[in-house]
Amino acid sequence: MVVFEKPHGLTDVPLHYCPGCTHGIIHRLVAEAMDELGIEGRTVGVASVGCSVMSYDYFNCDMVQAAHGRAPAVATGLKRALPDNIVFTYQGDGDLAAIGTAETVHSAARGENITIIFVNNAIYGMTGGQMAPTSLPGQVTQTSPYGRDVKTAGYPVRVCELLSSLDGPAYLERVSVDSPKAVKNAKRAILKAFRNQVEGKGFSLVEVLSTCPTNWGMTPVEALEWCRENMVPYYPLGVYKDKYADEEAAK
Amino acid sequence: MSEKVLMKGNEAIAEAAIRSGCRFYLGYPITPQTEVAAYMAKRMPKIGGTFLQAESELSAINMVYGVASAGKRCMTSSSSPGISLKCEGLSYLAACDLPSVIVNVQRGGPGLGGIQPSQSDYFQATKGSGHGDFRMIVLAPSSVQEMADLTSLAFDLADKHRMPAMILADGTIGQMMEPVELAEDMHATQYEKPWACTGTKLERGHNIINSLILKPEILERLNIERYEKYKIVESEEVRYEEYMMDDAEICIVAFGIASRVAKSAIMEARKQGVKVGLIRPITLWPFPAEPIRAAADKVKAFISVELSMGQLIYDVRLASECKKPVHLCSRVGGMITSPDYVLKKILEVNEMGGAV
Amino acid sequence: MSTTKIIIAGFGGQGILFTGKLMAYQGMIAGRYVSWLPSYGPEVRGGTCNCSVIVSDEPIGSPIIDSPDIVIAMNRPSLDKYEPTLAKGGKLFVESSLIDRKAERDDVTVYYVPAAEIASENGDNRLGNMVVHGNVMSRSDCFPFDTVAAAIEKVISARHRDLLDINMKMLEAGYKYES
Repeated sequence: MVVFEKPHGLTDVPLHYCPGCTHGIIHRLVAEAMDELGIEGRTVGVASVGCSVMSYDYFNCDMVQAAHGRAPAVATGLKRALPDNIVFTYQGDGDLAAIGTAETVHSAARGENITIIFVNNAIYGMTGGQMAPTSLPGQVTQTSPYGRDVKTAGYPVRVCELLSSLDGPAYLERVSVDSPKAVKNAKRAILKAFRNQVEGKGFSLVEVLSTCPTNWGMTPVEALEWCRENMVPYYPLGVYKDKYADEEAAK
Repeated sequence: MSEKVLMKGNEAIAEAAIRSGCRFYLGYPITPQTEVAAYMAKRMPKIGGTFLQAESELSAINMVYGVASAGKRCMTSSSSPGISLKCEGLSYLAACDLPSVIVNVQRGGPGLGGIQPSQSDYFQATKGSGHGDFRMIVLAPSSVQEMADLTSLAFDLADKHRMPAMILADGTIGQMMEPVELAEDMHATQYEKPWACTGTKLERGHNIINSLILKPEILERLNIERYEKYKIVESEEVRYEEYMMDDAEICIVAFGIASRVAKSAIMEARKQGVKVGLIRPITLWPFPAEPIRAAADKVKAFISVELSMGQLIYDVRLASECKKPVHLCSRVGGMITSPDYVLKKILEVNEMGGAV
Repeated sequence: MSTTKIIIAGFGGQGILFTGKLMAYQGMIAGRYVSWLPSYGPEVRGGTCNCSVIVSDEPIGSPIIDSPDIVIAMNRPSLDKYEPTLAKGGKLFVESSLIDRKAERDDVTVYYVPAAEIASENGDNRLGNMVVHGNVMSRSDCFPFDTVAAAIEKVISARHRDLLDINMKMLEAGYKYES
């Protein structure tokens, strides 16, 4: 009897992620969402620039790789051209909240019917651990070697809170993957973000607090704890916007 | 053919794009090309197309990248400063072999520059529209009719060769009105696009559109293969017009608005007995090097008439293999050469003499 | 073989571009080559506005006019700017109800047309442009009067259809005016 198998939404290409990195979990949750909704054959994913750049090799659906920060614009083009398809982006914090801030804000403001999976690990992983727009105050990185000094480097960007002031988005939620329970909750949120698009409800973004043991200089277990103890208090989990919550509750 | 109508060059581009099957326009306002966006905003919703005003030029070109990835005909337009912003996207479009049409209605630069006509983005369009080794097909209309015809051609060539194609116009041709005749359907050829990302339907392996190639030996091979394609484009797609070149002793090379001014000057010069002709590149890339090389054996001098500080002149020198002197006749910054100004240069060059 | 180069200049809002379009359509209807080139950009917002029209029996080279055959000056700055550029023997139309000076050139023919006044007498002081063009038609064989009705049909937008008659009335008034 098969009790556990790889989702169809993932290819057989071995992931390149570091040991203990939570990208693998989040990839799996996206693939499971495609499987469960039966949408893989009509899904087009947009890979961004950052650690997840090669996600085009990992997802079994059609994949387009976008320039740094431009994934929501590319997804907008794809969705407008293919309104019956499902289009998602998979972006890290540097891509979505720094170089691509304009694309993020305006695709949300337009209420594009796309799904964004936003992986926030508070650091630039691919380039070797520089300060990210979401690095915490005091956090030591390669480009904040004395800890992020908010007087000179400013404060972290809370994406869900920022976007929640807009009328455009349908659904914004922040989740974590630091425990099995959290992973189950993240799965629910990601599934909902995809289902929203299937149902034509509009812009859905799930921010997933993630870990980077390599660049944080921790063991995988320490990294999960650091996420719980430092990131979650700064980036509170929960739903920041759900336009259709009342309607769904009534069902 | 429908009846002749008076149209602005910018409007002719927009209408021709629609009649060529373009249903997606993504852009950002900038003078002097805004009529393209305004026209699209008006027409697209009525024909089931998409007009989208992006938050930036960057976003617009990346929306084009998205639509092109889906295998649909799409266009963006801008003017010089905006094209600089789009250059990132142009490199990605070329790297991913994505057919797309980009319009540049040039204005004077550099920097914010002015809003009057210019041709000073010639280098940018033909040599450096972004990082990396790549080319774009570049078409240079010199009339409102050509704004329409070359737009249609740009869509076909982009699809045929799987690469971005640019219309390099200028503020004058964009703003002026002339009678235009447009065919009802300008969508000449339908191209299969099995590479497009439209969903696997679980019937095939996944398509990937990507320009990240980390293995140097593979990236080198892909570059070499792309340049093999460019060789085909160079052999098949060169377009130019020769005007009064049969007996010409001086050859003017000019494109777009400058070529029209040159024609007026040539007529006047001929009245004064000076045998001067014109080679007008219609494709700036691929460049019509062959007719210029051939002319170099017959004429005593070339004059590059351009609205830039001497950009086209480099290609004229290269193509003519420096066999004959190449003179520059230019105005810049939004100033336009007048027929008299060009005529003066022709007479000056004629005075210089030199063996034919 | 003939080519006529016309510059129309005035304030934004005086119908300068519209008049140019009307001329271009008349040329086109007559089967001739035409080009129409406006001034553009922020400079035309509420400021001066000009438009170059060429009508020719041969393909038009440059659409830019250095030395016009006809200048229509609808305000003083336009007269100051374009009078010196007018070709020898050219025709200069001066909107004399708005311009307080006389032309200085003596090698051109000058027509003073109090266009806004005539337009006002005919019921709409905003249509001075049509009065002047009417007068141009009577002074130049470049724009036969019998092509203007068909041309104006092309130029006037659908939502201003009701203004067709009043425009024609102004054109006629200008056509009949003799200074």
